[in-house]
Amino acid sequence: MVLACLEAENVDVVFGFPGGAVLTLYDEIYKKGLNHILTRHEQGAVHAADGYARVSGKPGVVIATSGPGATNLVTGIATAYMDSVPLIAITGQVARPFIGTDAFQEADITGITLPITKHNFLVKSAEEIPWTFKKAFHVANTGRKGPVLIDLPKDIQMEEGPFNYPNKVDIAGYKPTYEGHMGQISKAVSAVKKASRPVIYSGGGVISSGAHQELLEFSRKVCAPVTTTLTGLGAVPSDYELFLGMPGMHGTYAANHALDECDLLIAIGVRFDDRVTGKLDTFASQARVIHIDIDPAEIGKNVVPEIPIVGDVKLVLQEMIKRVKPGETTAWCEKVQNWKAAHPLCYEQKAECSLKPQFVLEEFNRLTGGEAIFTTDVGQHQMWAAHYCQLKTPRRFVSSGGLGTMGFGFPAALGAQVARPEETVVCIAGDGSFQMNSQELATAVQYNLPVKIAIINNQYLGMVRQWQKYFYGGRYSHSSMAGSPDFVKLAEAYGAKGLRATSPGEATPAIQEALSTPGPVLLDFQVDPEENVLPMVAPNTSIIEMIGGEGS
Amino acid sequence: MKSILAILVEDRPGVLTRVSGLFSRRGYNIQNIAVGRTTEAGISRMTVTVEADPLTVEQIVKQLNKLVNVIKVSDLTEETSVERELMMVKVKAEPNKRSDLQQMVTTFRGKIIDVSPDSMIIEVTGDDDKLNAFLLMMQEFGIKEVVSTGKVSLLRGGKITRDSKV
Repeated sequence: MVLACLEAENVDVVFGFPGGAVLTLYDEIYKKGLNHILTRHEQGAVHAADGYARVSGKPGVVIATSGPGATNLVTGIATAYMDSVPLIAITGQVARPFIGTDAFQEADITGITLPITKHNFLVKSAEEIPWTFKKAFHVANTGRKGPVLIDLPKDIQMEEGPFNYPNKVDIAGYKPTYEGHMGQISKAVSAVKKASRPVIYSGGGVISSGAHQELLEFSRKVCAPVTTTLTGLGAVPSDYELFLGMPGMHGTYAANHALDECDLLIAIGVRFDDRVTGKLDTFASQARVIHIDIDPAEIGKNVVPEIPIVGDVKLVLQEMIKRVKPGETTAWCEKVQNWKAAHPLCYEQKAECSLKPQFVLEEFNRLTGGEAIFTTDVGQHQMWAAHYCQLKTPRRFVSSGGLGTMGFGFPAALGAQVARPEETVVCIAGDGSFQMNSQELATAVQYNLPVKIAIINNQYLGMVRQWQKYFYGGRYSHSSMAGSPDFVKLAEAYGAKGLRATSPGEATPAIQEALSTPGPVLLDFQVDPEENVLPMVAPNTSIIEMIGGEGS
Repeated sequence: MKSILAILVEDRPGVLTRVSGLFSRRGYNIQNIAVGRTTEAGISRMTVTVEADPLTVEQIVKQLNKLVNVIKVSDLTEETSVERELMMVKVKAEPNKRSDLQQMVTTFRGKIIDVSPDSMIIEVTGDDDKLNAFLLMMQEFGIKEVVSTGKVSLLRGGKITRDSKV
């Protein structure tokens, strides 16, 4: 019955790991067939489903057994929840008579995931299965998207019954608002006309809503520069002349100064995260604020906007584009473009010196023609990737933004590759992060998923080391990764190709070789261990108090 | 500032946990909570009293509305609604003080619902002020135990919560 539900929802692949409480479900998979990717850890499966969802725009589906299988999903579910990724997690549960008895492999996973799911269900009878799945997919993939968990007791999976999949769903307590309020849109249009220094601050909501074309059109029409959050990267092309890069703690000089000086902040599909705003009362302090978001609870949570608009950002932008007229912004656009030219992101790669991480990323851009899908783990390499990866279209930059989950990037890359088998998928990993889910090399090899893993190996938990350097007097407490394996041999042990580069001269041919190899390849880039991510803003300070933002 | 939130929820297992969990994990404090039936089958009504500034209350209402099992949230202010709470108080009732005690119960329009040689249980209904005043008066007799239902609240006039705008 579960498989019929997945079929009805047009699910073409699931990621999972079997176990006692889902044996019946796996027996159905054996008998009826389902495109199933077996990972080596449930965390790998849930991140893969997340990567699949972020790249394809469809809900990712993950299956795990009860108890430890289910609890191993927790980090992945929380990751998806923070970044509003549609995900269906199906967990086995002990049979109904055993629930609440501390039975073998029993865990209250609906209780555990209550704060990290958009909604969850404990199914109590077989008749509930079809409408539970219908509701789950509807809730996960509409409104502000997010993970939904379905807990299925083992004895229910065995029950047979008539299968009637509902074609409509009506949930009294769940009615997202899609159309923006016309009065509010008019106010926003008039604020844009009056503004001389507008900035668009765009986030993951724009990608999720598929509003990237509208965003670009809106920015062009009103002549307003755009800065996008980490999860919003790719909403406008990286080479768009009015794109300022990412704002915030590791934001560009142009983005942070534009936010500081703007007189109108147009916030679209964003949640004013502390990593973007820095000290809240200094953030865009001269600006009137328009905030467009589908989730009413985001509006006024951190910043109280003058003009709130609740709705799907795509529909709201379409409406605004129809009516909006630009203000007098020419001088402002020139100013921010001058900032951009005068204060670019920079690093120094000398030919014979140690390899710089930024150079590796630029070589990936060059050699893939800017056509790759990038996934990242969390830390320094993630920020360098956000700075340097060239993106032409959305859904090509997959990174754990809100939760900041180390170990996310590699399994997410596998999911991305499953979603886009024809594309080049590059996982930018840290030597620390990669070791949190390196077991998935077996999955990559088993399914011949030709992901290219670029480990930016600085032999440190680099971002931890960087904070220790700047804020803890250089006391590098337990941030050294000495004792890591030989990554090339590790890849080879799993049957993948491993390559190493220790200098710029070795890096380029290694990338070329990886890209021309049909299967999975791990690249161990041994980079300068003391390189820092700059610019940087200390936490809870104004975002224009930047360390190293001057450029060269 | 005190707010009384009327929350209509689906009557399903775990809904109380979802609501109370939301308060605790976002750092809001519940002063008082009562749950009971409504005229519609499958829908329960929670009355939650919170002490918070208006912006926080707005955020609480929005977060509650995001719960799939929550159908409607209304912020009932003290001006536009009536509130009541039922309390039972077990007090010492020595023979020489019984008539004083009975007089006090009559003054507060309470009811004596159980009598034993040395104690009584008194039922009294009212808003915060009345119940606090009653407890104060009972202290001189000696309070042994107190239990109350939590506060419930209804909009004044003909409007019903389901139709009202938050």
